[in-house]
Amino acid sequence: MKKQENRKWFLKGMRHGVPIGLGYFAVAFTLGITAKNIGMTPIQSALMSFTMHASAGEFAVLTVIAAGSGYLEMAVTELVINLRYLLMSCALSQKVPENLWYPHRFFLSYFITDEIFGISSTVPGRLNPWYTYGAACVASPGWVLGTFLGAVVGNILPANVASAMNVALYGMFLAIIIPPAKKSRVIAVIVPVSMLASGLLTLLSDVIKLSAGMRILILTVLIAGIAAYVHPIEERGENANEE
Amino acid sequence: MRMKNNVYIYLLVAAGVTYLIRALPMTLIRKNIKNKYIRSFLYYVPYVTLAVMTFPAILTATASTVSAIAGFAAALLIAFVDGNLFKVAMGGCAAVFLVELFL
Repeated sequence: MKKQENRKWFLKGMRHGVPIGLGYFAVAFTLGITAKNIGMTPIQSALMSFTMHASAGEFAVLTVIAAGSGYLEMAVTELVINLRYLLMSCALSQKVPENLWYPHRFFLSYFITDEIFGISSTVPGRLNPWYTYGAACVASPGWVLGTFLGAVVGNILPANVASAMNVALYGMFLAIIIPPAKKSRVIAVIVPVSMLASGLLTLLSDVIKLSAGMRILILTVLIAGIAAYVHPIEERGENANEE
Repeated sequence: MRMKNNVYIYLLVAAGVTYLIRALPMTLIRKNIKNKYIRSFLYYVPYVTLAVMTFPAILTATASTVSAIAGFAAALLIAFVDGNLFKVAMGGCAAVFLVELFL
């Protein structure tokens, strides 16, 4: 019974992982080319992608290596650029069953990327970890293989195909946040507000210097904080995320 | 001093820090948080984060702003009408591809 349930979630995750994998492949390809340009081997590039699963974080790794900066600088750079995962991990800790087995917690943590977190944290009710694993086992090879191939062959995709594929990840984000906005007035407000605020901060980037990671972090804390204050969710437990 | 450091140590440091950030809350926060403001805050987090990551980055993701706007609009529309992850992602890509054919 439980096994069947896990299987169902795993397969569902795999289906949802396909567009993520495709989008990953396109982005990772660019990453691989950049890695090659700074002198990393395809194996090293793939290893980086396999151990990190982080787009902005990995581009930052390449920047630090290319500059020949120290290991401490690497640690601090990654800490700042990836701090948003701390918040995502907090949110996911409330989405899984309270008594979830520790190894599941360790594995789930490994797959907290923007996209996989996005689909995992917005399933109705509690998160079954097998859903995340299903998505990861399709998406992760796209990421690792894309990096590897990018570092081996350089850009072989026709420019217009590569350009079109770059939108896949954002399309997925929209598929995650727009449908709930139809059902919740709060989400219907915070989604456009978040986009506008993000656009505004980007326009002002000459005046207010922020890395993309910091912009995401600050706006998330600010806007989700205000939304929670103005419109706290009353329901308890599983029903909080029910559609 | 600028010296050539070991690539593998760089990767180990980067991966270690990244994993710790992701794993600490997930393993340390085992109870359901009771405070309704914190619960609500964490509930809203993914929506804000994903919205902020999408815009304005999507506008510069493709070869031209025009095709990016087309992809953005198409993805928004499909997400609103249907909501299927794959259809939205592919619909956005298709719109970019088609518009760039005519540019």
